[in-house]
Amino acid sequence: MATVFTTKGDLDESLLEKREGFIDNDHEYTTWVEYWHEGELVHRSAHVMLKKAAVWLNPEVAAIG
Amino acid sequence: MANTQSMCTSFMSEILTATHNFGTAPTRGTSAADTFKAALYLTTATVNAATTAYSATNEVSGTNYTAGGVTVTNATAPTPANSSATAGVAYWTPSASITYTNVTLSSAFDAVLIYNSSQSNKAVSVHTFGSQTITAGTFTLTMPSNTTTTALLRLSTT
Repeated sequence: MATVFTTKGDLDESLLEKREGFIDNDHEYTTWVEYWHEGELVHRSAHVMLKKAAVWLNPEVAAIG
Repeated sequence: MANTQSMCTSFMSEILTATHNFGTAPTRGTSAADTFKAALYLTTATVNAATTAYSATNEVSGTNYTAGGVTVTNATAPTPANSSATAGVAYWTPSASITYTNVTLSSAFDAVLIYNSSQSNKAVSVHTFGSQTITAGTFTLTMPSNTTTTALLRLSTT
């Protein structure tokens, strides 16, 4: 059985309620997972994948004369 | 053949490696790359284009999170790429995901500041994402692909 690191130490995953979700938009694709034990949130992890650069610069040179 | 007014793409890449100095630059003791770090900020913070350096104000705090954040893996030097006689892009992306392991960050956060810890913690860029909290877990920021159109930092002419 897999164990999950939680606020109560390592717990067997079978003892936990697992909840998952995601955010998917032009900016990011994010997944998160929560484990609940007896009505208490004991673990939450998140993974953010940035889809595109948030920084875009456009330097220019000027014509002379 | 013809001459074309343009900013040299190699110059844009060399800006990213501190090759050119039009003003007064820090004295460098080494030609090695600087160390860059990534700090997380609460949704109540104000980090943006006006941010000039790392600050602990409104930075996240919690179990196993060290103020200042974590070091960014930088194994790939900036790359210049020409697309025409007048256009090009120089780009850079951290070479690994930014990871905060086994942390508890109970207050919502939604931004990461990349900054140069070798140069007085001067700011580089701010990247935002959907609000998150972490409980006895891991927060991972996976970087976009290091290409001309998706790299995390791009200096571009068109």
